Amino acid sequence: MFDFLSNYNDPSFLGAFWTTVKLTVFSAVGSLILGTLLAAMRVSPVPLMRGFGAVYVNVVRNIPLTVIIVFTSLGLADIFRVTMGASGDVKLQAFRLALLGFVAYTAAFVCEALRSGINTVPVGQAEAARAIGLSFSQVLRIIVLPQAFRAVIGPLANVLIALTKNTTVAAAIGVAEAAYLMKGMIEKEAQTLLIGAIFAFGFVVLTLPTGLFLGWLSKRLAVKR
Amino acid sequence: MKLRKVSAAAATALVLALTATACGGGDKDDNSSDGGSGGGKKIKIGIKYDQPGLGLKEPDGTFSGFDVDVATYVAKELGYEPNQIEFVETKSADRENALARGDVKFIAATYSINDERKKLVDFAGPYLLAHQDLLVKADSKIAKGTDLNGKTLCSVTGSTSAENVKKDIAPKAQLKEYGGYSECIAGLQSGAVDAVTTDDSILAGFAAQENYKGQFKLAGLKLSNENYGIGVKKGDTATVDKINAALEKMVSDGAWETAVKENFGPANYKNEPAPKIGNIVQ
Amino acid sequence: MSSVLYDAPGPRAKRRNVILTVVFVVLLALLAWWLWRALDSKNQLEWKLWEPFFTSQAWTTYLLPGLANTLKAMGLSMVIALPLGALFGIARLSDHVWVRIPAGAVVEFFRAIPVLLLMLFANEVIARSFEVTTEQRRLYAVVTGLVLYNASVLAEVVRAGILALPKGQTEAAQAIGLRKGQTMSSILLPQAVTVMLPAIVSQLVVIVKDTALGGVMIGFTELLSGRATLAAVYANPVPSFVVVAIIYIILNFIITSFASWLEQRLRRGKKSTGAVIPAAAVGGTTATGGEGGGVPGLGTYIDKKDT
Repeated sequence: MFDFLSNYNDPSFLGAFWTTVKLTVFSAVGSLILGTLLAAMRVSPVPLMRGFGAVYVNVVRNIPLTVIIVFTSLGLADIFRVTMGASGDVKLQAFRLALLGFVAYTAAFVCEALRSGINTVPVGQAEAARAIGLSFSQVLRIIVLPQAFRAVIGPLANVLIALTKNTTVAAAIGVAEAAYLMKGMIEKEAQTLLIGAIFAFGFVVLTLPTGLFLGWLSKRLAVKR
Repeated sequence: MKLRKVSAAAATALVLALTATACGGGDKDDNSSDGGSGGGKKIKIGIKYDQPGLGLKEPDGTFSGFDVDVATYVAKELGYEPNQIEFVETKSADRENALARGDVKFIAATYSINDERKKLVDFAGPYLLAHQDLLVKADSKIAKGTDLNGKTLCSVTGSTSAENVKKDIAPKAQLKEYGGYSECIAGLQSGAVDAVTTDDSILAGFAAQENYKGQFKLAGLKLSNENYGIGVKKGDTATVDKINAALEKMVSDGAWETAVKENFGPANYKNEPAPKIGNIVQ
Repeated sequence: MSSVLYDAPGPRAKRRNVILTVVFVVLLALLAWWLWRALDSKNQLEWKLWEPFFTSQAWTTYLLPGLANTLKAMGLSMVIALPLGALFGIARLSDHVWVRIPAGAVVEFFRAIPVLLLMLFANEVIARSFEVTTEQRRLYAVVTGLVLYNASVLAEVVRAGILALPKGQTEAAQAIGLRKGQTMSSILLPQAVTVMLPAIVSQLVVIVKDTALGGVMIGFTELLSGRATLAAVYANPVPSFVVVAIIYIILNFIITSFASWLEQRLRRGKKSTGAVIPAAAVGGTTATGGEGGGVPGLGTYIDKKDT
């Protein structure tokens, strides 16, 4: 029944899902970094940076991810010659470009999650901390960030799950991940239902445990006010 | 409460918009396409919308290209005036389905005759012999297939032509995939892509576009033979015969040559002579 | 201004802010200059590539019909997904385990699967088992994918909306002798609908963005594939992408603004309970990825407002 799976080598079934996992993990790390930077801009005392952060977030999250991903290849690679250090290997280049697109897109959502996390900390707490003479870094380290971090786990978990599913869009520029393989299979094989079920199962395996674990964690660490 | 009014109004607006669009979409489908010959009826023909020189939706909503001209001629022979033709976009993956279900009477959309497709649809023609080829920059040194090793070759996602080149001719070629050929051609212009591969007829159409004139050339490799046929629903031999007769007439009265000149002339495309009906070049 | 992070700036902080501003301006200018240079060197700024967008035919022939299809798919998906979502949301709150668990499983299942896969799958199933034209099939496949996913997201919104209402509402309803069904239909749901309206509106942003998947992967002729035909005619793929991105941004900005306007009105409304599921709670606006995501941290919102 599952014989046809072994007919596919480029990519293989597991290979395709491995690409999905790699895309997810690398993009998650990258967007966490960029998202934190953006969040820092959005809460910074410099009005121009706040403005830039706001514009970035509002522009990026309103564009379909498909447009962003195709544009990394069409615009960044072809016009701006950003080859991502892989000018000799187009497949690797497509992978890295997709990664860049996911980071740019997901960072907007990470930024908003972090910002709302910081906003959950009541201003009074910070004022009280300053009143007892804590320095800026102490306020941040001891009072604000520990609370903000806890409040942010739930939203970030959702971003991660969304990211896992979003990596399917990389198929649009020929990255051989799960959706790419599924599209190929569904066109060639007759067992549509079975193929659909297998790939659906693959994604349930990837996203459900993450969601359950992080959901449990965020509830456990939630700040009771 | 004001808000309730607002949401009610919004909901009404949404529903209105929906019914409006639904109606707009609906009335088109009522003109069914079956029925063999003319009268006041319409005929639906499947073409491509995005291939200059073959099948293109022009800004004014009309259609142009060699496939369109052939389809129009054939329809006329079947008893339909140009104003009775409704062109429908049939993308490559949808062609067999559209015929099987009778969405369209026939398809003229760079549809190469091959054995696998012949199991699903019947073909009239062929009406044009094209070849898989490479489009390269006018000053490019790529002259034969093996020159592609280490070079970037662009094609559309899901197309087998680039894979075949990589498998059979240049195993070290790099494949880049896009949703459409216009993206590939833009990459070729900017230098990010070294060659674009598909049928020479399609490539010639893009190369002849205003913005690209004189920048590209065909390598002239003839990597395959693509016999463009007119796809008809499986088992509809009556229509196949009628279309074949129409195609023969089109060649003999010179309309075929005119259509070729008009559509491929600007592209500087050296087309093959008109193929004989039923003569499929392997 | 004062925030959690810093106090009103003194003279030194003000000076530092000015320096930071200048540095940032220089960086932005460098970036803009680089973008401009690269575009120019690849001849992407030539007027003839952009000119088509100032002709009416480019819009009436390619972009507007595409946009109409995008909006049609969006409207249909929302209209179908909303009642379905409400059904599952309420089912998840049921007292009966045999209703609650299956409803929960369905919701979690469809939230875990990429919309793209749902569309590809629906497209194939419809092609093989239903008698519809190609054009209809694409629309149905896109709408099916969007409905399955968004109904499960909306189910969570509805559930959260009902849970966000003060407990006193249910207790009062019980006290005057209403049955469970009556409590739900005449007390909880009407209030919950107002509470979650902003979240529902901003879910439209997610749907609009997801229709683009249908254009790329199954050939649905929405805005993005209208762009593809346009780019083939005018030979301007890069400018056309920029223009289409701007259209999406404007469209979604309008929806987002409407959602936050709604939210603000609801918060200020005296008659309401004051509980609102913020627009930001769903994918479209914050915290979740566009194509996908769920309802982040609704628990936190509920905890805070349920007083």
